[in-house]
Amino acid sequence: MKVAIIGNGIAGITAARWIRKLSDSTEITVISEEGDYFFSRTALMYIYMGHMRLQDTQPYENWFWEKNRINLLKGRVETVDFNNKTLKIKDNSDFVYDKLIIATGSKSNKFGWAGQDLDGVHGLYHLQDLAAMERHTATGINRAVVVGGGLIGIEMAEMFHSRHIPVTFLVRENSFWDNILPAEESAMINRHINEHGIDLRLGTEMDSIVDENNDGKLDALQIKNGEKLPCQFVGLTVGVSPNIDFLKNTPLSINKGIKVNNYLETNQLDVYAIGDCVELETPQAGRRPIEAIWYTGKMMGETVAYNIVGKKVQYNPGIWFNSAKFFDIEYQVYGDIRATKPDEHETIYWEHAEGKHAIRINFDRNTEGVVGFNLMGIRYRHEVCEKWIKEGTKVETVLQNLGLANFDPEFYKEYEQEVVNIYNQKFNKSLQLKTKRGLNAVTRFLKAAF
Amino acid sequence: MQVEQSLSLANPSPIHTTVRQKIGLSAVTIGFLMFLVAFFSGQDAANWSPVLYFALMAGLIIGGAVVFIRDEYIGKPEGIKNNSVYFHNLSSREALIGLLVSLFGWLGLTQLPAFGMGSFTSWNAYYVLQLAVAAYFGNKTFRRETLSQMSARGLGAWMLGIFLTGFYVVLYWYGEKMVSLIAIFDPLSKLVSNSPADKWFVYGTLYTAGVLVMGYKFALKYKHNRYQLIRTASVSFFQLGFAFLIPSFLKMMNEPDYYFTYFWPLKTDPLKPDGINYIVQSSSHGIGWYFIAFSAFMTFAGVPILTYFYGKRWYCSWVCGCGGLAETVGDPFRQLSDKSLGAWKFERWMIHSVLVFVTIMTALLWINSAYQGAVLGDLSHGFSKTYGFLIGSIFSGVVGTGFYPILGSRGWCRFGCPQAAILGIFQRKKSKFRITTNGSQCISCGNCSTYCEMGIDVRAYAQRGQDVVRASCVGCGICAAVCPRGVLRLENGDLDIDERTEAVRAIHVKDGMLEVDNSFSL
Repeated sequence: MKVAIIGNGIAGITAARWIRKLSDSTEITVISEEGDYFFSRTALMYIYMGHMRLQDTQPYENWFWEKNRINLLKGRVETVDFNNKTLKIKDNSDFVYDKLIIATGSKSNKFGWAGQDLDGVHGLYHLQDLAAMERHTATGINRAVVVGGGLIGIEMAEMFHSRHIPVTFLVRENSFWDNILPAEESAMINRHINEHGIDLRLGTEMDSIVDENNDGKLDALQIKNGEKLPCQFVGLTVGVSPNIDFLKNTPLSINKGIKVNNYLETNQLDVYAIGDCVELETPQAGRRPIEAIWYTGKMMGETVAYNIVGKKVQYNPGIWFNSAKFFDIEYQVYGDIRATKPDEHETIYWEHAEGKHAIRINFDRNTEGVVGFNLMGIRYRHEVCEKWIKEGTKVETVLQNLGLANFDPEFYKEYEQEVVNIYNQKFNKSLQLKTKRGLNAVTRFLKAAF
Repeated sequence: MQVEQSLSLANPSPIHTTVRQKIGLSAVTIGFLMFLVAFFSGQDAANWSPVLYFALMAGLIIGGAVVFIRDEYIGKPEGIKNNSVYFHNLSSREALIGLLVSLFGWLGLTQLPAFGMGSFTSWNAYYVLQLAVAAYFGNKTFRRETLSQMSARGLGAWMLGIFLTGFYVVLYWYGEKMVSLIAIFDPLSKLVSNSPADKWFVYGTLYTAGVLVMGYKFALKYKHNRYQLIRTASVSFFQLGFAFLIPSFLKMMNEPDYYFTYFWPLKTDPLKPDGINYIVQSSSHGIGWYFIAFSAFMTFAGVPILTYFYGKRWYCSWVCGCGGLAETVGDPFRQLSDKSLGAWKFERWMIHSVLVFVTIMTALLWINSAYQGAVLGDLSHGFSKTYGFLIGSIFSGVVGTGFYPILGSRGWCRFGCPQAAILGIFQRKKSKFRITTNGSQCISCGNCSTYCEMGIDVRAYAQRGQDVVRASCVGCGICAAVCPRGVLRLENGDLDIDERTEAVRAIHVKDGMLEVDNSFSL
């Protein structure tokens, strides 16, 4: 069997690795035009910041692919002939597959602004975007403007800041990422962005990007109903969307992304799609149809490998979780924490006096079961939080054993009793923390049968 | 689309240096030049006032360093400070070529007399060559960057790399050339040990000062991380107290200069026949046997017990002097360790060979002692001498520390130290210690692996949700610190002690469903 995988990101590479694990005889070819070897896209920022080199972001050594008989083909797939199971590859001969996995990832959004295609205007998704950032800023520039207050936007702001390039950060919302983060956490990040000396403009939108010298290169950014900011680079970080333009006008069923069922099958025989480029027809409760996240790509890659080798497995990402880092503040979320909580949820929020650590626990008013955890500047254990949420453990049980979840390094101060105190105050109770941080208690807790 | 190969690395960003920092660096440079003058001046030190010279030199170096370090970290938001690490000349492999050229140059030049070119004394020639190499590469570095990007940090640090290997070579084999340097350390030696300085006192003082000053830097860099602060306080304490002051004090009391923090096989003397004789006989209060007993206890009981509870780290990154130097002076170089599978294989062969070597050597010495030389003749002493030269001098000193800018900060600890080999076997086989990974939060970014000074590919474990149980891990905790997603935690626990390596916490397909694989717990 010949399997072709378009895309060597986390989804495509995970699929290739798992197919090899499950089947020794399958011929596997991964086609990509982006880079020679798989690298961690999430680490691109660290290359620009000088924390790592490109090779440090590659999780497998270069001999790995040949040893595991995973063929890497550098090239751009221009079209797919689904009827004849053939890939047309630019400057290369046609490739005939038995089964195809499409894992082409995302592309940065552009919403038709004037000047969005000027030289010096870039998103950050591909390796080529990083090269462009480097090319335009290596010799030092006077100002960069980042448009869009999401995860990539704040990364880009941090990247420029690390190079001592002054940054103006335009955020359309009135507080950073306030469509995802509850108000307190969002405010914490606003403060932190300002602490780093970033020119944060909340509630501000871009009007256009201006090329005053008519040389094809940007000179300034015009704010809607506002000033014109002279700058030499504009980062467009207003989200990403499935990278599937080359599949338009083919029989493949597409909406915003490639439509797949829970077995990650498309409407074409023997064609599967995984990762960022996918739109699930029936996502699980609490999950969105398109989720451009590292770990969902990984899970889909593993799931599709089983289906490719003939073992039917449904994609099931389980309880929501995610993480990020906003400059120096780490963020983790487990379960259902929304910017505006629904009425049936109750919340307990503790914040450190210095305003850089916070713990939020939400639970259901009626069942008293915990539904989610939000952590700022504090690390919690994935498995413990997940088990509590999955089992709908009562909030008071969770609070008394909250130390089980703490994953901060040894000697770090533990704040769980303070969280319990907040609950006691709010509900006029007198609970005490019973379990503190420590591995043995966690092992015992996780070993107890579900 | 073509990717530009340069990405960030060919174009270092400007390194911001404040005026105060420049003054600090200048002070360090002048102090360092004073050190070099004393070092080079052979026997012409008669006219100096050693106290003044020493005070001025130490004051300039330490004071300047502290000024520089404070401006680097104080008043900045707390967090990981690895910006531009790969842009600095100091920590990049630029220094590699210069070091290798100078080292091989030295080896070559020592052979000159054999070719009838004995008019150079080899050690002077070595420095002439080194200065030429330094000037050449320094100049190259200077031209590669624009003037604004050039900082004293780059060049000054580059010189440090050259200097370190040269220093070890002189220390071990040309110690008699250091007369004037030893002379200016004499007053301090008299103060702390009431005896004249020798080359080992000079070395010990420099070593301790390095750990303390760079430990201060490390502590400011990781001020948000209590594990790092306490650990750094610990290595500083053990270096200053147990590796510097106590041995000096023992000397003052006419006792052998015994080290409470080094045991067989890292320090072989207390468990070697002639070493035992020396310690016992040179103890003027008859307490030599207590030292021997302590050494034996630590080797056979202390090491395994403490390693069972806390892992190798209780020693390697909390107590040991080599580890202390690596964690402080060596911190800027930690990312240079080789993470390849090949390096891991080489490491296992190498370090266990050294352990076998030292064990055979010790056994031979005891056999020789038991039969009073009747069986082995001079073989055991020859063996012992070879070990001392190859492992004790070249490996632990010249390569181990001198090659910081090449192998990273733990070259000796990783490839050579027989104590680390033993601690590693216990850690791997029976210890509560491991680095736990946090479910499926890993994004495979590579910060953990990059900043692992022992060259462990931490990411390989983290991304599949497997706890890290590796013989070489010294438990420095930096992988957990630099992780941007809160994935790693150093922990001790005994409930699952025999299943530590099996835990796979990432989400995997199981029984036809995708779910967290809890197989480790069932």
